[in-house]
Amino acid sequence: MTPDLTISLILATPELILAVGAMALLMVGVFSGPRANSTVTGLAVALLVAVIALMVIFPADGRAFGGAFVSDAFARFMKILTLVGSVVTLVMSVGFAKAEKFDKFEFPVLIMLATLGMMLMISANDMIALYLGLELQSLALYVVAAINRDSARSTEAGLKYFVLGALSSGMMLYGISLVYGYTGNTGFDVIAATLTGAERQLGLVFGLVFVLAGLAFKISAVPFHMWTPDVYEGAPTPVTAFFAAAPKMAAMALLVRVTMGAFEPIASDWQQIIVFVAIASMILGAFAAIGQRNIKRLMAYSSIGHVGYALVGLAANSEAGVKGVAIYMLIYLAMTLGTFAVILAMRRNDANVEQIDDLAGLSSTNPMMATIMTILMFSLAGIPPLAGFWGKWYVFLAAIDAKLYALAVIGVVSSVVGAFYYLRVIKIMWFDESAGGFQPMAGELRFVMLLSGAFVLLYVLIGGPVGRFAEAAAKTFF
Amino acid sequence: MTDWPILSTVTFLPLVGALLILLIREDGAGARRNIRNVALLTTVFTFVLSLFIWIGFDASTPGFQMVEKQEWLGSGISYHMGVDGISMLFVILTTFLMPLCVLASWEAVEHRVKEYMIAFLILETLMIGVFCALDIVLFYVFFEAGLIPMFIIIGVWGGKRRVYASFKFFLYTLLGSVLMLLAMMAMYWQAGTTDIPTLLTHVFPEGMQYWLWVAFFASFAVKMPMWPVHTWLPDAHVEAPTAGSVILAGILLKMGGYGFLRFSLPMFPVASIDLAPLVFTLSVIAIIYTSLVALMQEDIKKLIAYSSVAHMGFVTMGIFAINEQGVQGAIFQMLSHGLVSGALFLCVGVIYDRMHTREIAAYGGLVNNMPKYATVFMIFTMANVGLPGTSGFVGEFLTLLSVFKVNTWVALFATTGVILSAGYALWLYRRVVFGSLTKESLKGMLDLSAREKLILYPLVVLVIFFGVYPAPILDATAVSVEALVNNVSLSADMAREAATAAAQ
Repeated sequence: MTPDLTISLILATPELILAVGAMALLMVGVFSGPRANSTVTGLAVALLVAVIALMVIFPADGRAFGGAFVSDAFARFMKILTLVGSVVTLVMSVGFAKAEKFDKFEFPVLIMLATLGMMLMISANDMIALYLGLELQSLALYVVAAINRDSARSTEAGLKYFVLGALSSGMMLYGISLVYGYTGNTGFDVIAATLTGAERQLGLVFGLVFVLAGLAFKISAVPFHMWTPDVYEGAPTPVTAFFAAAPKMAAMALLVRVTMGAFEPIASDWQQIIVFVAIASMILGAFAAIGQRNIKRLMAYSSIGHVGYALVGLAANSEAGVKGVAIYMLIYLAMTLGTFAVILAMRRNDANVEQIDDLAGLSSTNPMMATIMTILMFSLAGIPPLAGFWGKWYVFLAAIDAKLYALAVIGVVSSVVGAFYYLRVIKIMWFDESAGGFQPMAGELRFVMLLSGAFVLLYVLIGGPVGRFAEAAAKTFF
Repeated sequence: MTDWPILSTVTFLPLVGALLILLIREDGAGARRNIRNVALLTTVFTFVLSLFIWIGFDASTPGFQMVEKQEWLGSGISYHMGVDGISMLFVILTTFLMPLCVLASWEAVEHRVKEYMIAFLILETLMIGVFCALDIVLFYVFFEAGLIPMFIIIGVWGGKRRVYASFKFFLYTLLGSVLMLLAMMAMYWQAGTTDIPTLLTHVFPEGMQYWLWVAFFASFAVKMPMWPVHTWLPDAHVEAPTAGSVILAGILLKMGGYGFLRFSLPMFPVASIDLAPLVFTLSVIAIIYTSLVALMQEDIKKLIAYSSVAHMGFVTMGIFAINEQGVQGAIFQMLSHGLVSGALFLCVGVIYDRMHTREIAAYGGLVNNMPKYATVFMIFTMANVGLPGTSGFVGEFLTLLSVFKVNTWVALFATTGVILSAGYALWLYRRVVFGSLTKESLKGMLDLSAREKLILYPLVVLVIFFGVYPAPILDATAVSVEALVNNVSLSADMAREAATAAAQ
């Protein structure tokens, strides 16, 4: 092996482990008969945790495969978030799989493959690598969305996601080809070098718009959000939790890298787009959620809003902004996973219920669950001292620094509108008469819920060290 | 004594009490009694401890005392606590009112006692924190977080329209506060720190001051509340349980006034001076308009709520007169109003617990079978009117005096508010207490119980004591207020000079 290849392989070890592991687990699943799901899930969790440990213990920086793959502090930060999202959703799916006879060993394998795709996305430093990672992730996700074959809603969700996803991939590919045409290369570093000081060409801006449109679809930002509520509602709940958590981390990281890495010299062009998308997402997320009765749909609109807030940080185009995005995604991940743990625990008569009204009177039937859900809702609304506030603090801080005053004012006002529907969930839990209790919560869900609640509540104490990690991640681009 | 972090201890002690209550697992009457006892002991102990702040306080220096500073979030944001003459007494007011609130809820709250007491104790921590925080981020965290327990208190233990009231309260205040949050961020980038003592000496550019002032005003005017953004207050007051109303009127409203004194005046002096006429106008409208509205109320709590808005009009007027009498009068008025309006809501609570209605028309002739209650209620009514000899007089007189120096017309209109307040307060008193006892349902009402005496008598003593001898309060605040007022004109000049220098 050439020394270059050796270094490349060392840098990509986490991805290689995941790739080989996914294949091996597929074999395990195929050859171990009908009850393979729990074995494969357990092994998958172990493997993902091992990869996290590997990245924490042996951090490696550098570029691999001729600059197409990059490993740096930012990539590690976002990869760990993604992996945590995958692990937690896999853990949460165990009880659901048992109760709902959702016994498919393909599920953990597909989650692993999707995670592999996401890690490639996060490390992509070349348009081709970007596309490869994105498609690997997307193909796995299409299947996961439709994994409950017997349910019409799940199938519809999968199909809808596939059709719209394919469309966005096509747009993105077209954008990539335009960028290639105008810069003569696909590597982010070279694109940035070519654009620096060069005359700004209209065709290139078209390419940029198409690339951003494709990415906006993946993070479900307005105006490419239409699939989100339907897919969130239709997919089995553990899958929804996965959709809400891991892919958002990866796509947001990719968006940051594309804008900050490749298109940094034409920042004023993409900033306008990001500002618009952020405003539209925040407003739609705030207003459209008000009418929702289904908690999964509510979370869909909530996630659209939160993506908007995270984009506020990106729009600032500064180190403080990237730090804000990183912290925001971390906190969003914790809040989302906790909320979905509660949603998965909403079981009555051996079936999951999904209406917000089913939470009525939860504070008297299950005070602990109600308290943590309340903490999570206040946090999602961005009320201090809970974690959600600090996410907003850092992104808006960056926006103010970048003199994006209008964006900041619209953002905070829409967060007040958004607070209304989070408050309504709290109102239903605390002020309304009980609609009957839920079945006892599974141990793993309780664990996830408590962990997430504790993180959200105590973030105020650990904010300093977490901020330093995020700052180190943000320094990558400056 | 000097090394002991007394402010943090006082601030977070209620939280310890809340954790203890959380540990009481079992249900039933015994557990409820335990919960109440723990809450009472915690609040009383906190109050006693907070008195050491007053004892240890050196009234001869304008600077911050008992300062604690710890690294917190990095990049200039630290955990920084301290008190000066402006904030110290608000801490005492908070810790003083809390045991009374716990006592007032002793029998009135029977269901979900545990959550109730936990919410109140958390709220106490947050309120004390607001007055002690010396970092704007820390201040904001305490300031905003108070919405959470108050939302729950109004929503769970409130009256019929509690859901509407709690949402309105939460969203109104949140909307004001988020704009202040953005202003704080802008200040951070301009000054490079969120440390309040440093910001107090920082001169913000003249043009920027107006925007920052307006953003802070949005938050504090809602909190205060000033006309026309006061409409959440009557709803919240009416629906909240008695203790919730006491806290709302007694302390939460004072956060607005405190905010003006801590931030708006010293940090944005140019804007404060230039926009003072706006504040005067709004204050005068508030005083006259809400007094007139109070005259027409059918609901006792609503009437007191509107009278609170009117009294807060005197406070804002005094603050923006920007002279020593005005600011001292405003602080005195806030402290006095904390006692008086708290006491009035407690008085309403007394009869509400017996009759479960707040309709004025449902009462009448209470003097016949509740003489002690009638006496106590009368003293507080007089204090609310601002009768000389009660604490209500000192604050109103000082603020009117100060504004007379600045603008005679404002003083003239504001003084009519004093007459109007006599109108609605005395009329209320007549309808509830005097007359003959004709209603059958009222005849069985008992006079004050031992617990109610324990709550109300200390307040009577304080209201009269500070009315006759206001010196303890005025002495404690004098030096800090003097420094503040001098500082405002000084730094306003500096900002103006900087602006002219930049223009040349």
